[in-house]
Amino acid sequence: MSKKISVSKAIREGLHEEMVRDDKMFIMGEDMAVMGNVFAITTGFLDEFGPNRVIDTPISEEGFMGMAVGAAMRGMHPCVELMYDDFVTECADPLFNQAAKLKYMSGGQCSIPLVLRMPMGSGRRNAGQHSQSLEGMVCHFPGLKVVAPCTAEDAKGLIKAALRDPDPVVVMEHKLLYARKEEIPDGEYITPIGEAKVRREGKDLTIISWSREVNFAMEAAETLAQEGIDVEVLDLRTLVPVDWEAIRKSVSKTHNVIIVSEEVKRGSYAGELSAEIGEELFDELDAPVERVCGLNIVSPFSPVLEDQNFPHPADIVKAVKRVLNK
Amino acid sequence: MILSQNEDQYYEKGVKTLAKAKKEEYSKEFLLGLYRTMVRIRSFEEHAAECFTKGMLAGNIHLSIGQEAAAAGAFAAMQPQDFFTSTHRGHGHAIARGGDPKLCMAELFGKKTGYCKGKGGSMHIADMAKMNHLGANGIVGAGQCISAGSALASKIMGDNSVTIGCFGDGSTNEGSFHESLNMAATWKLPMVWFIENNCYGVSTEIHRVTNTPDLATRAAAYNVDYAVVDGTDPVAVYETMTKALEHARSGKGPFVVEAKVYRYQGHYCGDPAVYRPAEYMENALKNDAIEKMAKRLKALGVKDDELEKIKAEAKEEMDAAVKFADESPYPDPSEVTEDMYTADNERCVAR
Repeated sequence: MSKKISVSKAIREGLHEEMVRDDKMFIMGEDMAVMGNVFAITTGFLDEFGPNRVIDTPISEEGFMGMAVGAAMRGMHPCVELMYDDFVTECADPLFNQAAKLKYMSGGQCSIPLVLRMPMGSGRRNAGQHSQSLEGMVCHFPGLKVVAPCTAEDAKGLIKAALRDPDPVVVMEHKLLYARKEEIPDGEYITPIGEAKVRREGKDLTIISWSREVNFAMEAAETLAQEGIDVEVLDLRTLVPVDWEAIRKSVSKTHNVIIVSEEVKRGSYAGELSAEIGEELFDELDAPVERVCGLNIVSPFSPVLEDQNFPHPADIVKAVKRVLNK
Repeated sequence: MILSQNEDQYYEKGVKTLAKAKKEEYSKEFLLGLYRTMVRIRSFEEHAAECFTKGMLAGNIHLSIGQEAAAAGAFAAMQPQDFFTSTHRGHGHAIARGGDPKLCMAELFGKKTGYCKGKGGSMHIADMAKMNHLGANGIVGAGQCISAGSALASKIMGDNSVTIGCFGDGSTNEGSFHESLNMAATWKLPMVWFIENNCYGVSTEIHRVTNTPDLATRAAAYNVDYAVVDGTDPVAVYETMTKALEHARSGKGPFVVEAKVYRYQGHYCGDPAVYRPAEYMENALKNDAIEKMAKRLKALGVKDDELEKIKAEAKEEMDAAVKFADESPYPDPSEVTEDMYTADNERCVAR
């Protein structure tokens, strides 16, 4: 049995089921309680769970992120939302220097079981401070797990896995996925952290992607299929820990790879993956790994300009043909 | 608020308000307990300094000599169920809370037997299980949010514990101070902040970069009660912290206490502190908390011998701590990837 709901509703279901299951969990962030979140993900939660468990914060990202770390050290399970991932610079210390590190630096005395949800991505015409994809930055810090689901099914399954994880998990949610309606299974289920999924099998080339760009990769694959090019689409779903076995398996089959990401290309997580594939799977490759990313610029405001700054299906088609020399 | 006039103005811009210990009688045992804690902290720090000078330690250490009274008084007021955070200058807090000097010293040495298995070092001693010590922290200002978050957890769980955030003067200028104090005040969290104001952030005298004579007065901006206290008098600190903890525990929200202390050494062990006027140390030595308490105890009839015995015992204890640390093994190199979630190292440098 399945049902069709939006990605944001799927996240809401995941949060709701975990709030019911786990009385140590609480939700904290800007406009999460009375308003129920700017994307309506937590509407009604305040009435159901009360003000101790659904907390509207002031606009103090460092403060409330740091407080979530302190509460997590005491055994609570905070689920924090940053309204936009761009604001991660405002809470960099508690996330990167505290949440990620305190388990190790205390010799394993405490876990930091917190979840940080951060809506990300371009395409909403919000200009340079509300449109970034900061996977590279977040994935840099050892101690954090990072997931970036594309589908409604995974959005729910991964938020639930994140909320049950003993370590801090950053959930990167593309804002333009929220409204997409998709089939998800009925009832409770978990999508394990660290497992990629082949969205489309193919033999000529592997497109590695995550989050919204997976949908674009699927569109590109359909176009290419009409031209007789058989592309495999690997949705990483989890960025850290990456499902290396899935990458190895797919690359060993197709021998050609492109990595598609909305990130600024320079310093991107796509670059890290490209380097790893180059180091580890060089013998499997028929051509250099190509990255299809955003430009090395500030995310622009004007729709005409912003559309230049993230990979579209046509860009992916072009890149695949270039790599395959077709 | 516990504010009164102070005649001993030893800071550049002067201290306008200092809490004074009440003239109450305390038992000899209680005062001896404070004296012993102060002596043990100083002895630990002096031993650590010697080890550092001899090159036995890894990294840097930041000593709390001159701040012993603040730690002794503050931690005497805490209850066993209370939690606390500490700073890079935090050895004294761990000792005052009842930490084992052997495990502290071993951590300074980077040994496997240390509180954090040698993974934290001097700036990161933590003991969640016994001391409710949420950790010293190398990031100035980090403990403010963490202590507020621990207090939030206590409020949600209703566990009757208070979290004490210990930090120095320098960190009151971090945004985290203001962000988390505002939230803690609004949500009436059971939290006490204990500022040990030694007047220096590394080399910078606090009043060169801060426009108020006292730092705790900032609490007023958030409608939070506060007190300023002579941090060389452990009894005054104890009384002030007792009131602050009662206030926080009773559901009235946070309380900020500022203890005026001295930092006898430079910022780190080996820093000659040439940036400081000579008067600073002259005043510090005039106000030495251990000397002052010795005088007070002698007036109560305690003999020199007894005080010397406390010092000798502390020395013996810390000698043993150094021996333990020195003889302890380093972590096995294979432990480098333990005690955290790790991934993807099989494709990393170590192969």
